[in-house]
Amino acid sequence: MLAVYASSALFVLIVAGLFAELFSGSWLAMRTFGPSFLWTSHWNPVTNHFGALPLIYGTVVSSAIGILLAGVIGIFAAAYLADFANRFLAQPLTFMIEMLAAVPSVVFGLWGLFVLAPIMRNYVDPFLQAKFGFLPIFQGTIYGTSLLTAGVILAIMIVPTVTAISRDVIKAIPNDLREASASLGATRWETMWKVVLPAARAGIFGALILALGRALGETIAVTMVIGNRPAIAVSLFAPAYSLPSVIANEFTEATADVYLSALIELGLVLFVVSMIVNGLARFLTLTVLRPAGSR
Amino acid sequence: MTTGTKPLRLKILALAVSAALGIGIAAPALAATQLTGAGATFPYPFFSKAFYEYTKAHPDVTVNYQSIGSGGGIQQFTAKTVDFGASDVPMNADELKRAEAGGPVIQFPTTLGSEAITFNLPMVIKGGLHLTREALAEIYLGQITKWNDPKLARLNAGANLPDTPIVVVHRSDASGTTYIFTDFLSHVSSDWKSKVGTGKGVEWPAASSVGGKGNEGVAGQVRQTPGAIGYVELAYAIENKMQQAMLENKAGKWLFSTANGARAAAASRASISPTEFSIVDAPGAGSWPIAGFSWGMVYESPSDKGRAKLTRDALVWLVTDAQPIAGTLNYVPLPANISEYAKKQLERMKV
Repeated sequence: MLAVYASSALFVLIVAGLFAELFSGSWLAMRTFGPSFLWTSHWNPVTNHFGALPLIYGTVVSSAIGILLAGVIGIFAAAYLADFANRFLAQPLTFMIEMLAAVPSVVFGLWGLFVLAPIMRNYVDPFLQAKFGFLPIFQGTIYGTSLLTAGVILAIMIVPTVTAISRDVIKAIPNDLREASASLGATRWETMWKVVLPAARAGIFGALILALGRALGETIAVTMVIGNRPAIAVSLFAPAYSLPSVIANEFTEATADVYLSALIELGLVLFVVSMIVNGLARFLTLTVLRPAGSR
Repeated sequence: MTTGTKPLRLKILALAVSAALGIGIAAPALAATQLTGAGATFPYPFFSKAFYEYTKAHPDVTVNYQSIGSGGGIQQFTAKTVDFGASDVPMNADELKRAEAGGPVIQFPTTLGSEAITFNLPMVIKGGLHLTREALAEIYLGQITKWNDPKLARLNAGANLPDTPIVVVHRSDASGTTYIFTDFLSHVSSDWKSKVGTGKGVEWPAASSVGGKGNEGVAGQVRQTPGAIGYVELAYAIENKMQQAMLENKAGKWLFSTANGARAAAASRASISPTEFSIVDAPGAGSWPIAGFSWGMVYESPSDKGRAKLTRDALVWLVTDAQPIAGTLNYVPLPANISEYAKKQLERMKV
């Protein structure tokens, strides 16, 4: 019993210690820039003026694109693997998806830069611009390395997490439910849509939260394809920048105190952004997505 | 075979002698002194090859260099956890003040780096793409935004440059390469100097700028983006056979980036010092304008005199006899006058 308490206490200690360390490390930057650090857009190591807004924007939007794509594809794939695919197909497919989760992010990054970015620039982006160019998010110059490309690479990286966990959750739904649904005359699709997925949604949401955590903190793969420009543009085709990327790119050569402190404050901001996003997601699970019947 | 017998005989002799004297001789040879250095990533391939050779000639010393970045190198050096530090740029006044709290510091050039301008245009330009220093600055300032801008067209008469936007590629990671490049732009453009400045990372003003991580990131961006222009280390450009632009130097000569061009730029300065170290936009017909030194630092009087002597000897060798090794790795060996300067600095170490 003691071991159980101790292990839980350890997590609390780690999080509290991390927070305290980030807070004390970024104290100098907080004193210098005040809260305006959060809503100014300069990132100038020469004059030591720093603001995090474009970085927060880049992190949140690229992760949102990632979770949107990975969520849709992952849940569909999970439903297929759990209830539709035959055993001889499902097992190798599951294995392959789990392999994808084991690929190091630097490999995704280089692949993203040398393979995905040209595909986006030559095919995907022009296609979106031709079909949906009336939307401001699909206007402007196409660079290849962009917010959208970063979102796509994140989606590829987190889709195994979403799929693997969702599949397990769907499989764990008692067969009684499926049989009852079938006996009422529902097809397999209707059973999946109206019975199984609603029953599994809390677990699936958990999978999405876990995946989102990875997307928000992803560093190397994102920095290779996001274009690394600390600016907010309406277009998803424009280069952007993310919090973890800036830290990884600039930490090693940061020698001025306030510069270093500003980078640590970015870590703190990332920590808080992750907490807020997770909190919101949990709030959603508890209210909007409460399992049917417990309402 | 006759040539092989002599070393073999020597080895046998050495073995016999050490066996005769007992294990006492062998033990110190096994426990070689390990010197440690930390700092910039740029000289790492040179350092690791050079120190490997050094240990072959001096089995009693091994040198472990950790390429953790200049910032980390300066910190570890100041904390005296390493025998020497390395940085792409000499320590600034603040850093030096902090380091000198632990005693006087010696800074010395270790090797020379040069940069190449690379670009991506869907055509072959006879005689190469020509750029003046001012035009390059205006491109990076975002004032020249298209390849068919009259200023570029005039420099490349007959090339029929396309009506495509220029995508300006720069390093996203803070680096000495960017420091040298922005130092160059500050020297040739007062606009750049006042609006942007010099640094390992800057606020890039061009509206169509994109950052790539490392040389490979910049190279990848340029290679894949039609209309892109970027700067990479010369060694990287050579090894990857990248297309180079020609630049007009201060003397009005048109050059591609070469090791000789960087050497000429370095040799054009009679003397350098840790505060007067810039060799960008150097005079002289053969000088390539975008080049700079990489630096090392040691304490003048370390407390452990034995280690200090080993450190000094290894580093003196590094800045003199090891320079040809730098050449084989596509770095630019220090010219004789600079090599001599570095050696003189190191000999001030009290051992």
